[in-house]
Amino acid sequence: MRLLRIVPDNTKFGIVHWRRLAYPFSAAYSVLVLALFLTVGLNFGIDFRGGTLLEMQAKSGKPDIAQVRQTANSFGFGEVEVQEFGSAGELSMRFALQPGGEIAQQGVVTKARETFSEAYEFRRVETVGPRVSGELVQAGTLGVVLAIIGVLVYLWFRFEMQLAIGAIVGTMHDIVLTLGFFLITQLEFNLTSIAAILTIVGYSLNETVVVFDRTRELLRRYKTMPIPELLDLSVNTTLSRTAITSTTTVLALVALVFFGGTAIEGFALVMLFGVIVCTYSAMFVSTPVLLYLDVRAGRLDQNEELAEAKARV
Amino acid sequence: MLRLQARKVILVLLVLVFGCGLAVPNLFSPETRKAIEQGAPAWIPRFLLPIHAMTLGLDLQGGSHVLLEIDRADLIRSQVTQLRDDVRRILREERVGLQGGIGMTPRGVQLRVPEQADRAKLMPKLRELAQPIGTFGAFGPSGNQSIEVNENPDGLIQLNVTEAGVNERIRRAVEQAIEVIRRRVDQIGTTEPNIQRQGLDRVLVQVPGLQDPQQLKRILGETAKLQFRMVADQNATDVDMLPSQDQGGQPIPISRQVIVEGEDLIDAQPAFDQRTSQPIVNFRFNIRGAQRFGQATTENLGRQLAIVLDNKVISAPVIQSPITGGSGQISGNFTVQSVNDLAILLRAGALPAKMTIVEERTVGPGLGQDSIQAGKMATIIATVLVILYMIGNYGLFGIIASIALLVHVCLILGLMSLLGATMTLPGIAGIVLTIGTAVDSNVLIYERMREESRMGRSLVSALEAGFTRAFATIIDSNVTMLIAAVALFTLGSGPVRGFAVVFILGILTTVITAVTLTRMLIALWYRWARPKALPF
Repeated sequence: MRLLRIVPDNTKFGIVHWRRLAYPFSAAYSVLVLALFLTVGLNFGIDFRGGTLLEMQAKSGKPDIAQVRQTANSFGFGEVEVQEFGSAGELSMRFALQPGGEIAQQGVVTKARETFSEAYEFRRVETVGPRVSGELVQAGTLGVVLAIIGVLVYLWFRFEMQLAIGAIVGTMHDIVLTLGFFLITQLEFNLTSIAAILTIVGYSLNETVVVFDRTRELLRRYKTMPIPELLDLSVNTTLSRTAITSTTTVLALVALVFFGGTAIEGFALVMLFGVIVCTYSAMFVSTPVLLYLDVRAGRLDQNEELAEAKARV
Repeated sequence: MLRLQARKVILVLLVLVFGCGLAVPNLFSPETRKAIEQGAPAWIPRFLLPIHAMTLGLDLQGGSHVLLEIDRADLIRSQVTQLRDDVRRILREERVGLQGGIGMTPRGVQLRVPEQADRAKLMPKLRELAQPIGTFGAFGPSGNQSIEVNENPDGLIQLNVTEAGVNERIRRAVEQAIEVIRRRVDQIGTTEPNIQRQGLDRVLVQVPGLQDPQQLKRILGETAKLQFRMVADQNATDVDMLPSQDQGGQPIPISRQVIVEGEDLIDAQPAFDQRTSQPIVNFRFNIRGAQRFGQATTENLGRQLAIVLDNKVISAPVIQSPITGGSGQISGNFTVQSVNDLAILLRAGALPAKMTIVEERTVGPGLGQDSIQAGKMATIIATVLVILYMIGNYGLFGIIASIALLVHVCLILGLMSLLGATMTLPGIAGIVLTIGTAVDSNVLIYERMREESRMGRSLVSALEAGFTRAFATIIDSNVTMLIAAVALFTLGSGPVRGFAVVFILGILTTVITAVTLTRMLIALWYRWARPKALPF
């Protein structure tokens, strides 16, 4: 049986000089993200914005969206977003946060249930008051920041500071690009999105660490090799692994996008985008960053070198 | 490394089989698990029995998640009111006159006592109102007081409820509220509700498999403070003007003096009035309540008795004859549904303060079922795709990686069952995701083997180097993932936390299966086939 060989042996792709293309591209994209963030903004779900979300399914036949929209708008709870989604005649209604604090939100649910429960089955009802949504924003932001600090500290201990910085730059880049995905697609940004972003943080570091691990090893082995060449070699020797792991992850996520159901589709799409971005950035963004940081300066101490020599024997 | 020690192999296999076996109880129904638990001899440790299964999150089994918050302002108000009553009592006891009345401020009361002698008499008594807060540690009481008493030289005395005092009151109120809520939820006959404190002032109520969460919310949202008070004259002092429900919300004067309260009720049942066939609630008092009620109805024959629920007058019937038997009925503008609710509320008792629903998440049972189906489907397809791809790339070693992958998924499920963790929809997504990432360790090892072998190493030495060299990379890349996952766990809530649990367990088990199990299987293969080259 002939086996697949995704990446041929002994590739010699020039990687770091692609930064002349990758960096302007990433910079332009980041500017676009910032512009979109300030103008369009993220499509916050009720977790962060507060309000009420109802998902319902017609008990028989197709739902009459126009009629539902008209009825819901006549409640006097402000503009209601009514959308069809999924396949089996499901629709969702989103009510904005009602003025009047926590209690006011409950009126929405009661009214909607009274009105629609005859013709529709309520599949999901979520109400988040203003206080809770504020706290969720805090917790979400804190989570991402803490994760980055934690990883920075770990990398600083395990690698040199230069490599840690390179990895974090790549991770930030991936977060920005993922936010861009949310901004461009206007996919709902909710608690699960925070989970997706943190997972992408983990995956991005995973990708970078594998390359940097090799960089560290090569730095010890080839003390005089020019840094650009050494970085290219790091990426090339790990290229086959990068390609295979990215593919398995993409395969799993594709299964999730197509078969995982509507409730998880958003998460899966974001992760899919994230995995592709992480693979790109580990090679073309974080690795070239090392060119600008004096990686040889962080000399390994004698003990470590000895241990390494012993391990090789 | 390729030497196999029989003892070690057996140990590893036992651990893996046991770990995977932990997932088996999930295949049984809860009834079967219960039967096994009861049928098993007592000498078998419980953790060895196949009775520990994962709990399904509310998003998968359907149900309601309601977060209630105690009304801080309401609680402070009642604390201030109590403080005013205490001060008034002390003034009466000490026979001290005031200049003006007792003034209420947002956080306390103030009074003006011009005479120095009166103040000297009064202050020690007022200071006694303050109580120490918190536990007695090694250095005595924590020093916080429930009330702060200030005396100004111009005769103004201020008593304020301290922050510590408010928090202490909230802490106790939430404890009481949890008990009351538990009794209420039990009354509507649900299975295994989960009721717990969250933070200082919140209570989380999770009720699985509820068809109609509206009733749950109705009975959670009511304070249900029942009082029997007399209707007063229009110009009487010490009255509250309370809206009356049977007169269209028009306020009527009600005496501040409470005859009997809800806590003296021992039973309440929904019923129908035999004459008017209106829905009513029948109730019975305990002995103390019966005595007070009997006395009051005897003394006030012909006057109106107000039944007050949460500061609203439900009805105010005229006392026709003394009621000394200790039972009675509440009638009003009720529907069948509302007397049912009221009876539940009266039986369960009143909440210590008003509670507000700050978050609600309800998933219908149909959606939960669909999510499980979709999750299973995605998991199976992802597994098949990844296995095919791995075998396509690595042949025999791909099969080994696939075995490690299947064991890895079983171990996650087994550990989650043992821990009694909750599987949520994001948790399923986490499983699918780890199916994609778990093979990474195998890929790292195999690619390293290939590289070493290309550099001219012998097969054994290449296999060896594959494991030792890739190990550091595997640890580094997994620890960084773990840090992100732990951040997610500590800050996430509900379903997201379910994802974090899967992710964390997945990272831990992948290191075990990829390194230990893969190494063992490759060693077995080497012994059995005596190969000359890598099979990929």
